[in-house]
Amino acid sequence: MMLSKGLKRKREEEEEEKESLAVDAWWLDPGHPAVAQAPPAAASSSLFDLSVLKLHHSLRQSEPDLRHLVLVVNTLRRIQASMAPAAALPPVPSPPAASGVADNLLASSDAALSASMASLLEDLSHIEGLSQAPQPLADEGPPGRPTGGASPGLGALDLLGPATGCLLDDGFEGLFEDIDTSMYDSELWAPASEGLKPGPEDGPGKEEAPELDEAELDYLMDVLVGTQALERPPGPGR
Amino acid sequence: MAGAGGGGCPAGGNDLQWCFSQVKGAIDEDVAEADIISTVEFNYSGDLLATGDKGGRVVIFQREQENKSRPHSRGEYNVYSTFQSHEPEFDYLKSLEIEEKINKIRWLPQQNAAHFLLSTNDKTIKLWKISERDKRAEGYNLKDEDGRLRDPFRITALRVPVLKPMDLMVEASPRRVFANAHTYHVNSISVNSDHETYLSADDLRINLWHLEITDRSFNIVDIKPANMEELTEVITAAEFHPHQCNVFVYSSSKGTIRLCDMRSSALCDRHSKFFEEPEDPSSRSFFSEIISSISDVKFSHSGRYMMTRDYLSVKVWDLNMESRPVETHQVHEYLRSKLCSLYENDCIFDKFECCWNGSDRVAHVHTAASLPFRHSRLGHLPTAVHGELPLLLGGSIQHQEVGSRAGQADADAASPGTALGAKSTVWAQQVQLLSPPNGISWAASSEARGSVSSMDHPHGWCLPQVGCLPHSMVDGF
Repeated sequence: MMLSKGLKRKREEEEEEKESLAVDAWWLDPGHPAVAQAPPAAASSSLFDLSVLKLHHSLRQSEPDLRHLVLVVNTLRRIQASMAPAAALPPVPSPPAASGVADNLLASSDAALSASMASLLEDLSHIEGLSQAPQPLADEGPPGRPTGGASPGLGALDLLGPATGCLLDDGFEGLFEDIDTSMYDSELWAPASEGLKPGPEDGPGKEEAPELDEAELDYLMDVLVGTQALERPPGPGR
Repeated sequence: MAGAGGGGCPAGGNDLQWCFSQVKGAIDEDVAEADIISTVEFNYSGDLLATGDKGGRVVIFQREQENKSRPHSRGEYNVYSTFQSHEPEFDYLKSLEIEEKINKIRWLPQQNAAHFLLSTNDKTIKLWKISERDKRAEGYNLKDEDGRLRDPFRITALRVPVLKPMDLMVEASPRRVFANAHTYHVNSISVNSDHETYLSADDLRINLWHLEITDRSFNIVDIKPANMEELTEVITAAEFHPHQCNVFVYSSSKGTIRLCDMRSSALCDRHSKFFEEPEDPSSRSFFSEIISSISDVKFSHSGRYMMTRDYLSVKVWDLNMESRPVETHQVHEYLRSKLCSLYENDCIFDKFECCWNGSDRVAHVHTAASLPFRHSRLGHLPTAVHGELPLLLGGSIQHQEVGSRAGQADADAASPGTALGAKSTVWAQQVQLLSPPNGISWAASSEARGSVSSMDHPHGWCLPQVGCLPHSMVDGF
C-alpha cells in the first residue's frame, strides 16, 4: 500500500536541536507524562527558557504573528508568576532605558510593542533565580546589560564551563550569557588596549573590558563570528 | 451534554458514516509550496466548491449533474474554473512582502446566473464574478468575422446578429478590490444577510464594507490598545448572524466571544453579549490560555446557536446564555497530557475550523490524526493512535471510532471488509509533524453531500458522504 508522506513542518531543524530535552520518548508510551514528571521547579524553568526563546524568535520576524506573540507573552507571564511569586514584578513600564535595546533587536516590528517586550524581559532578568536562564538577547546586546552573577573574568576557560548543565542543550546561546558583547556590537570597536568606544549604555561593559588581553578578545571574536554563522533562530515558529 | 471519550452508542437510525468520495490533486511527496490549499468553501447549494491556495490561486470545482439513470451515483466534482486571485505584493513603507496566500473565501448568495465570491489574503479582499458563456454573437454589421472593422460606407444592407452556441467558457473577472483597510492580517470575512455588506476582521480590528464601495470602509471594532505594551488579546474570527443583519460575533485569543449589535453604536467596542466559560480550576495549567484560544466561530443556520473551536474541544453556545456553552465535545482529549511538547514544537498554536451541516445537527471538526480522511493526519501523535470524531446529533453524542495505523504493525487493525456498521476503519499513515488541515466546509443546503476538508496536499481534499468505507479506498492510492 502506497503511503505517501505529507509535508514536514519547516521548523524540523529546531525539532532536532531540541531532542535532547528528553521529551522525544513520549510517543512510545501515550501515557507517559514526560515533562510533567520532572520536578515542577525545573519544568517551570525550562518552560520559561523555552518561552523566552519563542518570544525572541517571534519578535524577530519582520511581521510578527500577533496572536502567537500575545499567547507566548501571556504564557510567559504565567510561568514567571509561578516561579517567583514573591518577587515584586514591576508593571511593564515605559522603557526609557530599553529603547536603545529595542532598536537594536526589533527594528521592523511595532516599536512600542517591541520595546515593551524587551523591557519586560530585562525586568525579568533582574529577578533572583533567573540567572540560569539563557539570555538570547545577550547575543545581540542590550549593550551593557547587567548580567547579574556573571563572572568578572572572561577567560577562555569560562567559556567552556557552562554555568548550568542544560544550557548546552539549547545551543550556543547559553554559553555566552556571561559575556558582555557591547564592545562587539559597536562598529567602532577597538582592541582594549586602544581604549573602548562605549555602547549606548555604559555600566559593566566598560569595567570588564580592560581585564581582557588582546588574544582573548580575538578568540572571543572568532567564536562569536563562528556562532552567528551557525546560529538558527532560537525557537520554533512560522 | 458534555462529550467524553470512549465509543458511544450511535443514535438509532441516524448513523452518520463517513467515506471517501474523491481526492483531488497529486498524491505526491514533492508538492510545491504554492499549491498547498489554504482554504475551502462550498457555496450555498453545494454545487460549487472553491479552494484557495498559498500561491494566490483559486480553483472552483463543480458537481456534475446526477444522472437519472444512476440515481445512487455520487455527483463528482470537476474543475470548473481556475484563476489567479492574488499576487504577492510589496509594502514599501514597511519593507515587507505581503503574501498572496488566500486566507478565506466566502460565496455571495446567488442572485442571477453568475456566481460571486470574496477572496482575501492578509491585506486585500477581492470580489470575483464567475460567469459562463456558451453563446456568441455572429453577424455584426460594423466588424467582420475576424474582428476587423468594416468601412461604414461599404455597408449596403443591415443584418441582425445571431447567437450561436459555442463551447462553454467559464470566466472569472475581478469586480471589486477592497484594499488598504487592514494594518494587521485578515483572518475572517463574512457576508451579511442583507447581501449588501460584509465584514473583514484582522487581529485587532473589524471593518464593515459595502460591496459596491471600495474606497472606504467603516471600522466597527477596534481592540488595539493605545499603548501596544498593553496588548494581551487579539481577534481570531468574526461572523455575521445569518438572519439579523445588525448582529455579529467575534472570538478572541483568550477564549471569549463577543456579540455586537451595530445599532447600539457606530463603534462596537462595547459588546452586547459576552460569552466565556469559566476556567476549570482542576485543569488549569500554563497552557490554559493557549488552548482556550478560539480558532473558529460559526453560527448555526438557525441563528440560535453558535459553535466555537478551541484547541481541544468544540463548544456549542446558546445565544441566550452567556455563562457557559450548552454542549462541549472533547475532540482529542488525549492531547491534554502532551501540551508541553505541543507547545515546544508550536503545534499548540495550530488553528482548526469547524462547521455545521445543513440541518444544524452535525458538526464537522478535525481531530489529531484526523479522520476520516486518507491524508488527514495532524501529526500531533504518531502511529497507532485511536481518534474519535464526535458528532452532535440532536443533542446526543455519537462517537465514531476510527483507528490509524502505519504499515503492518498494528495488531488491532481491522481488515478492509469490516468497515461497515458503527465503526469505520481508516488507514492513516505514519504520522509526523505536519501542518494542520487547512479548511473545512459543509454545504448549507445539501445534507447528503457531506463535507470537505483540505489537507496539506495540493488540492488534496476529500469529499466524504454518508455511506460506508469502500474497499478500494482502503487498498488504493
